Amino acid sequence: MVTASAERALRIAAEVPDPELPMLTLADLGVLHGVDVTPDGTVVARLTPTYAGCPAVAEMRAEVTARLRAAGFTDVRVVTVLDPPWTTDRITDEGHRKLTEHGIAPPGPRGAPGPEPGRTWLTLSTTPTEVPCPRCASVDTEELSRFAATACTALRRCRACLEPFPHVKDLL
Amino acid sequence: MTDEHVYVDGDSARWAFGTGFTDPLHGVDQAVPDGVDAEDLAACCLALGDDALVSAQRLAEWCTRAPELEEELALANIGLDLLGQARLLYARAGRADGTGRGEDAYAYFRDPEDFRNVRLAELPGGDFAFTVVRLLVLSVWRLAVCETLAAAPDPVLAAIAAKSVKELAYHRRYAAEWTVRLGDGTAESASRVRAALDALAPWLDELLTDRAAARLGVDPVAVAARTRLELSHVLADAGLNRPDDVSRLDAPVPSLPGSGRDGEHTPHLAPLLAELQSVARAHPDASW
Repeated sequence: MVTASAERALRIAAEVPDPELPMLTLADLGVLHGVDVTPDGTVVARLTPTYAGCPAVAEMRAEVTARLRAAGFTDVRVVTVLDPPWTTDRITDEGHRKLTEHGIAPPGPRGAPGPEPGRTWLTLSTTPTEVPCPRCASVDTEELSRFAATACTALRRCRACLEPFPHVKDLL
Repeated sequence: MTDEHVYVDGDSARWAFGTGFTDPLHGVDQAVPDGVDAEDLAACCLALGDDALVSAQRLAEWCTRAPELEEELALANIGLDLLGQARLLYARAGRADGTGRGEDAYAYFRDPEDFRNVRLAELPGGDFAFTVVRLLVLSVWRLAVCETLAAAPDPVLAAIAAKSVKELAYHRRYAAEWTVRLGDGTAESASRVRAALDALAPWLDELLTDRAAARLGVDPVAVAARTRLELSHVLADAGLNRPDDVSRLDAPVPSLPGSGRDGEHTPHLAPLLAELQSVARAHPDASW
């Protein structure tokens, strides 16, 4: 049964901003798997890390704990969910919208086929991914570096308006 | 968030040595399931964790020294991914080996002879071509291992491996693209790639005959075959397909005596660890 307090706890946890992409909440980013309240009143929030080495995970855990405590939940546990692994498909439509609004190109459309399980062959052909510029919407953009300021973004440049922009790279 | 939340409350500390955030598997069911040999599991996690930590440290050495800012960010990001994999693997090892040790105990308070990484990972930096080719070899091999481990009988290791696969595919592509760019570039850049292959050749056999994950369902022969096949494709695309280029992979130089998996290392590991461990060892109980 979902109790009123569980709903309230979920709402609080869902609204925690991501430390590195603060325009997104943990719910938008898809790292919050759920919140339960046990019969003895302990709140258990389940988070999944984006990248294994992403230092923001600890920050997320701290912030979820702090906000739930501030809201009156005294016993709070944040647990890690490793399976299924996070993919960019977990970013919600609302998350895609907010990223674009803040000048960050979202990952490709959700539901795109990932690599076949068990065989991730190397392809060197450069299939040009169409990533529209979040500022001028031109699709004439190029990748400058697949690794950028945060673990989850690549750096691109728009050939139309000449502005560089981050792109949340597809992790499928 | 206030500093009080970050630094005072142990449960809500940022991840850094001494901040109290030490368990990346917090809340995960960590019991070793029936039918899984805990000793084999611990040994596999330790070997793959040490490969990742030592590789991450070598990649981090490029900070402020890479040819371009983009490459510096790329190498640092790849190192960070590997560091994350090491943390998860150490956490799993500590549970499986029964010691309950945390990641800091493995990273900071073991001596070189206790490390189980392959020696290929610890060789000193070299030039950019060396870094790229070594990264290619290690990520092609590690990806093949992790893809199989994603179906390992231990669900925690399987989940760590499945997560690693997604990251390693990016690392492999970065290294392969640079290998092609350098190999197919100028005479100078191609000669640098050839020199890197020559320098790495004596250490390939240790990697390609490695049995660290064999008892968890990974067939070393299949992994070696796939690694050779993928490397030969990349070298061909890089224009490095002269007979003596390909023979570097087909018949690796006979392995040098000893094995990193048995704790027998080159003299290069000790200085690497001394730098990595100096602060933690100077202030073993520090917290801030």
